[in-house]
Amino acid sequence: MAITIALAGNPNSGKTTLFNALTGARQHVGNYPGVTVEKKQGTCTAENQIFDIVDLPGTYSLSAYSMEEVVARDFIVNEKPAMIVNIVDGSNLERNLYLTLQFMEMGANVCIALNMMDVAGKRGVTIDVEKLSLLLGLPVVPMVARTGKGRAQLLKTVADHVVSRPAPLKISYGRDIDDTLDEMEERIRSDQFLTDPYPSRWVALKYLENDAQILEAGKAHLAGTHEWLSAKALKLSHHLETTLDTHPEGMIADQRYGFITSILKQGVISHTLDPNRLAWSDKIDKILTHRFLGPLIMIGVLMGLYQFTFAYSEVPVGWCENFFTWLGDRTDTLFADGLFKSLVISGIIDGVGGVLGFVPLILFMFLGISFLEDSGYLARMAFMLDRVFRMFGLHGASVMAFIVSGGIAGGCAVPGVMATRTLKSPKERLATLLTVPFMNCGAKLPVYALLVAAFFTDYRAQVMLIITLISWVGALLVAKLLRSTVIKGPATPFVMELPPYRLPTFKGLAIHTWERTWQYIRKAGTVILGISIVLWAMMTFPQLDTRTVSNENTVGMHTPGAETMDPGAAALRHSIAGRMGMAMESVTRYAGFDWQTNIALLGGFAAKEVVVSTLGTAYSLGEVDPEDSMSLAQRLKTAEGWGPVTAFSLILFTIFYSPCFVAVVCIARESGSWKWGMFSMAFNTLLALSLSIVFYQTATWMMS
Amino acid sequence: MMEGISLRRMQVNQTGTVVSVRARGELGRRIRDMGLVPGKDIRIQGRAPLKDPVSLRIMGGTLTLRNNEADYIFVEVH
Ligand SMILES: Nc1nc2c(ncn2[C@@H]2O[C@H](COP(=O)(O)OP(=O)(O)OP(=O)(O)O)[C@@H](O)[C@H]2O)c(=O)[nH]1
Ligand SMILES: [Mg+2]
Repeated sequence: MAITIALAGNPNSGKTTLFNALTGARQHVGNYPGVTVEKKQGTCTAENQIFDIVDLPGTYSLSAYSMEEVVARDFIVNEKPAMIVNIVDGSNLERNLYLTLQFMEMGANVCIALNMMDVAGKRGVTIDVEKLSLLLGLPVVPMVARTGKGRAQLLKTVADHVVSRPAPLKISYGRDIDDTLDEMEERIRSDQFLTDPYPSRWVALKYLENDAQILEAGKAHLAGTHEWLSAKALKLSHHLETTLDTHPEGMIADQRYGFITSILKQGVISHTLDPNRLAWSDKIDKILTHRFLGPLIMIGVLMGLYQFTFAYSEVPVGWCENFFTWLGDRTDTLFADGLFKSLVISGIIDGVGGVLGFVPLILFMFLGISFLEDSGYLARMAFMLDRVFRMFGLHGASVMAFIVSGGIAGGCAVPGVMATRTLKSPKERLATLLTVPFMNCGAKLPVYALLVAAFFTDYRAQVMLIITLISWVGALLVAKLLRSTVIKGPATPFVMELPPYRLPTFKGLAIHTWERTWQYIRKAGTVILGISIVLWAMMTFPQLDTRTVSNENTVGMHTPGAETMDPGAAALRHSIAGRMGMAMESVTRYAGFDWQTNIALLGGFAAKEVVVSTLGTAYSLGEVDPEDSMSLAQRLKTAEGWGPVTAFSLILFTIFYSPCFVAVVCIARESGSWKWGMFSMAFNTLLALSLSIVFYQTATWMMS
Repeated sequence: MMEGISLRRMQVNQTGTVVSVRARGELGRRIRDMGLVPGKDIRIQGRAPLKDPVSLRIMGGTLTLRNNEADYIFVEVH
């Protein structure tokens, strides 16, 4: 029988590193507080026993305020692991023990893995491990999870202690609280109130702490006892407020820290260096977060990240593209012309290939981000930019997602949406992932390039700058709008830890990068394959047979140019997508878009790259290489209804309309609900349409 | 009870001892969870380029908080 062991501890204390060292599993490790959100499981055999090891999310406390805390607490209460291995950051002992005490108060069987002993040593901190163990009454094993030092000793200690069942720790919270706790505990015991999973004193404490989760469970269990306990808690709260100007919650926390201090004071910790001396990490901070140098360096770092990603991924992206072109060509010669071939080439290879073609780019992007994250710099970026982003209801840490999505022009919203994972505050995170698609991803650039080349030849750079500014202003304003309507709520407290700078390990970077890239690849095989087939079908069916062509030509559709259309364009117009494009013309013409543009925009939902090539087909040019769109630009210049106003209206629409479906899938996944995926499609498209119509109408009115 | 000044008003490199934390609910809990409780010594480490948030050193670790959160924390300056 496997024995369940839970790894728990403060964020960034090395739980995942230890988990990987124990199980050999490859979990994501990062130097940014709160990287693990779900719990992860693995097994490990040692001392002739099989251990089921669960990596819990990092928490500072066991109140039920955040998702992480609820996940960790529920696991301990419901799954009752045989032992909790509490990873404690030895270089930050005092704060870390705060959580340890709370495990002990729950009556859990705890063993301390005293991690980061190397860091503690460098800071001149010596810890008397035996004394700590004696005073706390727990086994304590010093270790360095990063190198695996202490691993064997830890496993041995765990094996030796799994059968222990310690009594819940009783801390004195001062006369007033203790008396009330005793009374409450008595009633809880006699009523057997919630005592099935929880220890009685702990339930009483949670009533004093106003713990929402326990109060709710209590109300459902025995309403009478619940009322009585709540009244007791309220009375104590009033009493403390009038006599001591404090409240139970605050007092309980103070006493817990007091308890820790009293233990550490008994010679557990000794400093060989002045504890107030600036560690080298602080010295780096003096420069990297300096008033003037800080922002400059940050811009440099972001540019560097951008350069690194796009410059180095260019070659492998080319290989990927060549591979899929080759695959397409092979298929072309292998099968006879017909629907099946069209499905395989245009539906499957082009669709999935378009997504997989991004893999090298995503890999480099994540490698860069992982480096910033693991080194600790990302937390500093959040620190420096928080003031700006907070004005729009976002969080300092949102910046990374915006940059990755194309904030400087030419990123990709897919890794951008995934980069929001480093954001801990749920509301700010949702607002971020819904607004990053407004950035100018690499696939929108060819559209701008085409239109700018055709209509704004003399102002290329200025127009590109305006486009970038519009997308930022738009994204921030929409974030503000969302945060004051659908995702309303006060800002999540910023109280955050700045982890010390650490040199990322190669293993950590590799795991981190690969894990994220793999998630992206996996998606290409499933949802994206399905959607590309659907889009292909929409642009292919119903098919045009020769009779209908002549028929339509004789009947004479009122669409200008229908008579001169080439077969490709005619077939496209006849398809579902074509019909939709024409049907939409009744609305989109207010924004200046004809049906050809509509089809191209519909295609852009598959991938924004498709806009240019579809425009080419719809304007009867056959295949258009997005890199070489000069001929199409010439054609548009002379086309009826086209001019700078139409072009800019289309640019506006392209900035804001629905994210491509890969991004929509990611938004749905990352927000945990398809509701938000659908929302971003509908909301963004409506927003884009309104902006384009307003612009087009105003501009044409002013010019007339 | 000693009053102290609000943490927002402290200068960079100033040290002090926390005398009270007036925040309640989630914010109060978060502040305490990070070790900002009465009796702890802190030092203002620095401020972000736009003066907000502030970073401070406490019990060997570095914390950041926004000015409007620092308003709830009262410190007796050394
Ligand atoms: N110097 C040193 N660094 C360590 C040690 N253990 C872990 N680290 C580093 O500490 C950082 C955080 O480690 P993680 O394993 O991600 O921490 P975690 O507790 O899982 O963090 P969350 O999932 O965010 O709660 C990484 O950069 C690790 O490489 C250690 O013993 N010594
Ligand atoms: Mg982790």
